[in-house]
Amino acid sequence: MSAHRVSYTLDSTLDTVNSAEEVASKIATEAGFEDEEVMKIAMAVREAAVNAVLHGNAYDPGKKVQVDFERTSSDLVITIRDQGKGLDLNKVPDPLAPENLLKTSGRGIFLIRSFMDQVEINPSQTGTEIKLIKHVHGPAADGKEASQ
Amino acid sequence: MSMKTSNRQVDGVTIVDCSGRITLGEGSVILRDTVRDLLGKGNKKILLNLGDVNYIDSSGIGELVSAYTTVKNQGGELKLLNLTKKVHDLLQITKLYTVFDVKDDETAAVKAFSK
Repeated sequence: MSAHRVSYTLDSTLDTVNSAEEVASKIATEAGFEDEEVMKIAMAVREAAVNAVLHGNAYDPGKKVQVDFERTSSDLVITIRDQGKGLDLNKVPDPLAPENLLKTSGRGIFLIRSFMDQVEINPSQTGTEIKLIKHVHGPAADGKEASQ
Repeated sequence: MSMKTSNRQVDGVTIVDCSGRITLGEGSVILRDTVRDLLGKGNKKILLNLGDVNYIDSSGIGELVSAYTTVKNQGGELKLLNLTKKVHDLLQITKLYTVFDVKDDETAAVKAFSK
């Protein structure tokens, strides 16, 4: 099974958020996803990048965000790592709870989970890694159409 | 495409025509400043026309919520007009569609504001 993988190491800036989103959109399109799925993947990556830049690295110019895109014959896997203190999953509120509906933040991870097939969040003391997985239904990674 | 807004007055209601992206950074700031300026000038009936908003992220959603509560807390009303499918779907999955007063006809939306 062949796989394509590209990695980016990016600064903790808003430009990184936009770049990650644009690259995700391009790679998802090339992977054969429909427009609506491309939008969802790109938005999930944007939200994860926002978390990495804003909440993880807190715009620290000395800290980087690493974004990996891996395409296998069955999945598009996007991994985003920051160098922050590590996300405390117990402090992530349920944005759909009535008491949280009118909060102005806290919807990013919910949207990521809504838009991807599988999401793995691995916080540690040296940062948070979030893995976003979308099952591929388009052409295989080697560029040939999947066999019927 | 960055966020742009322009305002017009119809029967005492300020219609804010928004276009572009409401996202973390410039887009959210423009929306926040626009609503703040309107309230500062005493315009408390605000209809956000989102017909040309093709993208919104969680920060943009948060900014819409902030605008809604800020206007409401000052005794005003804020309604949304002409949601694109993307924005509509986002408000649905975040359960905010029923929080906002969403309209799809400008004339009816203007009439829906309290006199």
